[in-house]
Amino acid sequence: MLAFILRRLAQSIAVLLAVGLVAFALFHYIGDPINAMVGQDTSMQEREELREKLGLNDPAPLQFARFIVNSVQGKFGLSYRTSEPVGRMILERLPATLELAFCAAVFAMGVGVPMGVWTGLYPRHWTSRFLQAASLIGVSLPTFLIGILLIMIFAVILGLLPSFGRGNTVQLGWWTSGFFTFSGLKALILPSITLGLFQLTLIMRLVRSEMLEVMRTDYIKFARARGLSNRAVNFGHALKNTLVPVITIAGLQLGAIIAFSIVTETVFSWPGMGQLFVQSVQFADIPVMAAYLLLVAFFFVVINLVVDLLYYAVDPRLRGGMTTASARGH
Amino acid sequence: MKVDIRRWALAGTAALALSLGTVAADAKTFKWANSGDVSSMDPYYRNETFLTTFLENIYEPLVRRDKKLALEPGLAVKWGQTAPTTWFFDLRPGVKFHDGTPFTADDVIFSLHRASTGGSNMKGYFTSVKTVRKVSDMRVEIDTSVPDPLLAIKLATIAIMSKTWAEKNNATVAADATKNEENFATRNAMGTGPFILKDRRAGEKTILVNNPNWWDKPAHNLTEVIFTPVVNPATRVAALKAGDIDMMYEVPPQDTEGLKKDANIKVIEGPETRIVYLGFDQERNELLESNIKGKNPFKDRRVREAFYRSIDVEAIKRTVMRGQSYPTALMVAPGINGHVGELDKRPPMLKTEEAKKLLADAGYPNGFETGMDCPNDRYVNDEKICQAVVAMLARIGIKVNLLAQTRSKYFTKILRKADFGPGDTSFYMLGWSPAATYDVHNVFESLLQTPSKETKKGAFNASGYSNKKLDELADKIEVETDKAKRDAMILEATRLYTQDYAYIPLHQQAVIWASRKNIELHQPADNRFPLRFVQVK
Repeated sequence: MLAFILRRLAQSIAVLLAVGLVAFALFHYIGDPINAMVGQDTSMQEREELREKLGLNDPAPLQFARFIVNSVQGKFGLSYRTSEPVGRMILERLPATLELAFCAAVFAMGVGVPMGVWTGLYPRHWTSRFLQAASLIGVSLPTFLIGILLIMIFAVILGLLPSFGRGNTVQLGWWTSGFFTFSGLKALILPSITLGLFQLTLIMRLVRSEMLEVMRTDYIKFARARGLSNRAVNFGHALKNTLVPVITIAGLQLGAIIAFSIVTETVFSWPGMGQLFVQSVQFADIPVMAAYLLLVAFFFVVINLVVDLLYYAVDPRLRGGMTTASARGH
Repeated sequence: MKVDIRRWALAGTAALALSLGTVAADAKTFKWANSGDVSSMDPYYRNETFLTTFLENIYEPLVRRDKKLALEPGLAVKWGQTAPTTWFFDLRPGVKFHDGTPFTADDVIFSLHRASTGGSNMKGYFTSVKTVRKVSDMRVEIDTSVPDPLLAIKLATIAIMSKTWAEKNNATVAADATKNEENFATRNAMGTGPFILKDRRAGEKTILVNNPNWWDKPAHNLTEVIFTPVVNPATRVAALKAGDIDMMYEVPPQDTEGLKKDANIKVIEGPETRIVYLGFDQERNELLESNIKGKNPFKDRRVREAFYRSIDVEAIKRTVMRGQSYPTALMVAPGINGHVGELDKRPPMLKTEEAKKLLADAGYPNGFETGMDCPNDRYVNDEKICQAVVAMLARIGIKVNLLAQTRSKYFTKILRKADFGPGDTSFYMLGWSPAATYDVHNVFESLLQTPSKETKKGAFNASGYSNKKLDELADKIEVETDKAKRDAMILEATRLYTQDYAYIPLHQQAVIWASRKNIELHQPADNRFPLRFVQVK
């Protein structure tokens, strides 16, 4: 078990290095941050001096090496745009993104799985057909458009929910939370739906097809023959056996939710990391972009690891394999 | 038990609502949004309009601008020159910083020093300043190396900070992105202005509250101001329509019509001081991006004239700008000192044959090909304007290869290099506002004088336009303190560059703001937004 985790961690370092390298190669194409950093009257010499001081004239491999050495020590430098420490900028925006991603994931799972089970159990029922058709909207409309539509309906026309922002937040140590105020909770609704809708559709369709398949298998028939209740059959036996692929997808999608919250955060002016990233791209704010990309890569690595570990929890066959594997290790 | 909890919760919410309700009755909260955040709370961090105008609500300059952009007393009650190279500023007595410490000459000397050194972006304003002297607690004198008629105007942009506060918090040097530690002034502020910084959350929101001890009589009635950056224009519009914000600073031009139809919203628009113009490489002996080899067509005045008089700015205004532009013939806008109204008339458009004849006379009977550089995220509809220009020039046989790209790449390409060598462009679009001084000399110095590493003139003259006579006049205008003589020279210099067709001035773009109906505010032409004129009805 430990060896497995260590191996995965070693792999993840390679992944992070690769992401960092690709990011740095890309930064050369986003333009010169200097012009965004100075006023129009700043002389050419001053611009050149600034470029020199920031090390932008150094060859890319050297810049990359310097970035890696500093990042390992937890030094991400100052943002070119605001002169704030990058580490803290990201840390301050992390809670907003994670809370939003959490709500979106809960929404996607909490609604998607029951809907999938229902449409899987009763594929011919009219409600199933309706849900199937409606869920097409989730996959076919771009996030941006869904967000704006929701804002138009619930904020502008009905005036029920705020059109943007996070509402009032509560400070818990370094974490800011919107879970404990009325306006904070209200502000979460629209962005969570927007962000989670695509995942919801995906999960619902996945659960449905898995359910359809499992319901045809022999052990379900035997379970019914044993006279087990519908509930025990549907949830205890059928659903549980659909979960391995669902967990894989849901896990990967959680990473995607965090990474792709960029669009949702921009639409709802949500003060999270995605919005920070967009602002940074406009200013060619290399330190922030580099740190953000590494962090997202890190999230993906961690989530993948957790997903792998969850398999063991769900699938007893793997658990058996693991004990023998680790026994062999001893 | 359950019921009990619910009842308590209900009572709690009711009490909360009640208390909020009573506060709301006399509190005037003003919520506004812009596409981007203020980059810092340090007033010298960037010399950009949005940062300086935002911080002017917290920090104040020695001399400030009134509604018509004229200078009026700020932290100085009186100023002037005792000698051609000496300025004096008599400070306003009885002014206190937000923390209660009194404002004195020490704060002025400290602030001017901080603004002219370290990571400050305001150094450009201090090129003529030799020494800043404290004469008494309420009087400061400044010696300049050469006569500087514009010094007081320049200081209208320099905010005065508290010396005691900066020293206490280790913020005596301006914030600097190249340093590895954060500056306290990046997130905190201590000024004398009408508003106090209450809460700064970079990228999320910034809250200001009324300064009850402000020295001036407030023309606003605000108790609290909440500023939020809302990046997405559609969300900004929706937020204004929903009443979640009271005012938006940057309105996307395509939404203006829609907002005007909304009965709860008013759209405020006027010309901005920035001039958007086209320039040509008149420096190289062979253009970088052209099929003409061995010579540079743009060195010929007839070619420039054919270009100038074939571009229909009225058509651009009508179609591309949807009426939201103010065509111009000069490189400075009305309202800027030195705008010569009598010369602000564009020569009439040429017929296609006439323009072709000019080109033929210059030796290009079949026209020629040239590259063109254009930003696509810097000015209003920048790329579309360039596309329209391409089409208009095609009619006279000029094939323009347009390269429109994002500003950070675009500026790097067209601006002069650090060694003052020309940028890599043949034909380009740029915008300029003499925001530093509101005076035409800034335009002569930056855009029209011959680029020179030694004199540092012409730093943004991406064309390499050069006219000896204009150079001399501009140098004289810089130090002339007699207004009548100065104006006469400005007239002459303006005539020179317009007759040379040095540039093709296109228009001033419109400043467009929108607010809820119950908001009264003042929109100056420099796109600044002073909160001290805002009233919530």
